[in-house]
This record gives sequence, C-alpha cells and structure tokens, in this order.
Amino acid sequence: MGERIFFFLLAAIIIMASITVVASKNPVRSALALVVNFFALAMLYITLHAHFLGAVQIIVYAGAIMVLFLFVIMLLNLGSPDAMQETTEIKRPIAWVIGLSILGLMMTQVFMVASVVPTEAPEWIGTTENVGNALFSKWAFPFEITSILLLVAVIGSILLAKRRQLN
Amino acid sequence: MISSYLPLLMIFAIGAVIAAVMVIGSWLFGPKRPSPAKSAPYECGITPVGSARERFPIHFYLIAMLFIVFDVESIFLYPFFVIFKNSAPEAKLFIFIEVAVFVGLIAIGYLYVLKKGALEWEDPVVNVPAKPAQPQNETRLSA
Repeated sequence: MGERIFFFLLAAIIIMASITVVASKNPVRSALALVVNFFALAMLYITLHAHFLGAVQIIVYAGAIMVLFLFVIMLLNLGSPDAMQETTEIKRPIAWVIGLSILGLMMTQVFMVASVVPTEAPEWIGTTENVGNALFSKWAFPFEITSILLLVAVIGSILLAKRRQLN
Repeated sequence: MISSYLPLLMIFAIGAVIAAVMVIGSWLFGPKRPSPAKSAPYECGITPVGSARERFPIHFYLIAMLFIVFDVESIFLYPFFVIFKNSAPEAKLFIFIEVAVFVGLIAIGYLYVLKKGALEWEDPVVNVPAKPAQPQNETRLSA
C-alpha cells in the first residue's frame, strides 16, 4: 500500500515537472524542471529494485548531462523569452497530433493489459552486484564497445570545440 | 519493501534540518551590518548588474563534455569494485583484463585531451584589462 502511494506521488511529481519542461518559456527553468524529473525518475527506478540504475540516473543525468544542457542553453544565447515565440504556426498542431496519438497508444496498452496480474520485480534484479555480474560476463563485448564510444566522444568534442586552432 | 528505505528518508530529513538550522541560526544570532557590497547577490567579483543572458565561451561546454565521458567511465567502475573480490579466481583474471582494456582505451582519450591542451584555459581575458575586450571576445566566441 505504501508503495502504491509512493508511486502515485512520484508519478504526480514527474508529470508536473514534465509539463513545466515543455510549458515554461524560460529555457533555464525548463532545464531545472528536467532535473526534478530525473530525480523522481531515479526514485521510481529504486522502487523497482534497480538501485544501480537509480544511482546512475542521478549521477549521470541529473549531474553531468544537466550541466551540459545548461551550458548549451548559455552557449546558444537564446535571448529573452519573448524572442522565442514560435513564428510558424504549423508546428503546434502537428505536435498536438503526435503527442495525443502517442498518449492514445499508451492508454490502449495500459487498459488492454490491465486485466493481467501485475508481476513484482524481483528484489535482487538491479543491485550493483547483479549488474556487475551480468556486465562483466554476458555483456562483456558491449561493455568494451562502450569505451570506444566514449573515446569517440572525447575526440569528437575536442575536434568540434577546438577547430579554431587548426586554421 | 519500501519501509527499508526509511533510514534514507531519515538522512534526507537530518540533512534538511541541519541546513535549515544553519541558515535560520545565522539569521537569528549573526550580527547585521549590511553594506551595498555585502547585499549584492555575488560577493566574488562578478558584476551583479546587467543581463544574465550572456554567451559563454565554448570552453565551458568542452569541459562539461569531457566531464561526462570520465563520469560515465567511473560509473562502470562501481560494479567492478563491488563484484571483483567475490568473483571466482578464473573469472577474476578475465574481469581484470576486461576492465584494464576499458580503462586503457579511455586513458588514450585522456592522453589525447592532455596533448591537445583541452583542459588548459588559454587567452585569459581577465589579465588583459588594457586592451579593449570586445573584438577579442568576438574571435573567441566565434570558434
């Protein structure tokens, strides 16, 4: 029962934060609402016994990625919120159509599987130990590929940011 | 069970109480001799007047980007530290080599960062007050 209350509390926080992200005129405010969203999402992961995923969600997304978002907002220098009024009117109805159809799709899925007995996530599933055991045995190759991906990210970001020195 | 997270909630509560006590305590008991400089939002050299919507040099972005890469690397080391001691001896060698390759590949990236001087903060604008800063800013930002 407590879990159910906690879930609905988190869901309410996530929905409110998400609406703030898209509805806020100020991009910095949107980014900060996204931080709230990430934190609530991390707690949702933890209630599903995915502790490692929850911690990573906070460390990587709420920490590092959000810093990057804020820097990009400052880098783009969007100016005052009034200057960001959408000029082309076609985007808004298209966004409504796409958003509502995705919502409808999700709703049909929720109500179609509602008769199925919900399964409980096993307690052991997302502990750091189990993630580690899977990561270093079964998923060893993807793990190594990740390091190449990170290497590419390092080189790419330096090449993009330091192009000035080449010419 | 969610009740097993009660200690976590208590830590959050204690942290919030300590923060509140410090702020409220210094407000209640601290001496109040305000001056214009002290009342400014930042007391550390940044002019508090003007638009906050200023373009940042791309260097901040670069540092943040590199931070993410090494942050993700350290994330992958947590499960390694947790499972390594209790692994089977023959699995240990495999896991160790695996992680060594992983860290080694990113170490190449780190050497590249150092060689390119991406972590060095060049053209310090602060130390050249004699020159007009505006054209210099232009070239710096257009990079």
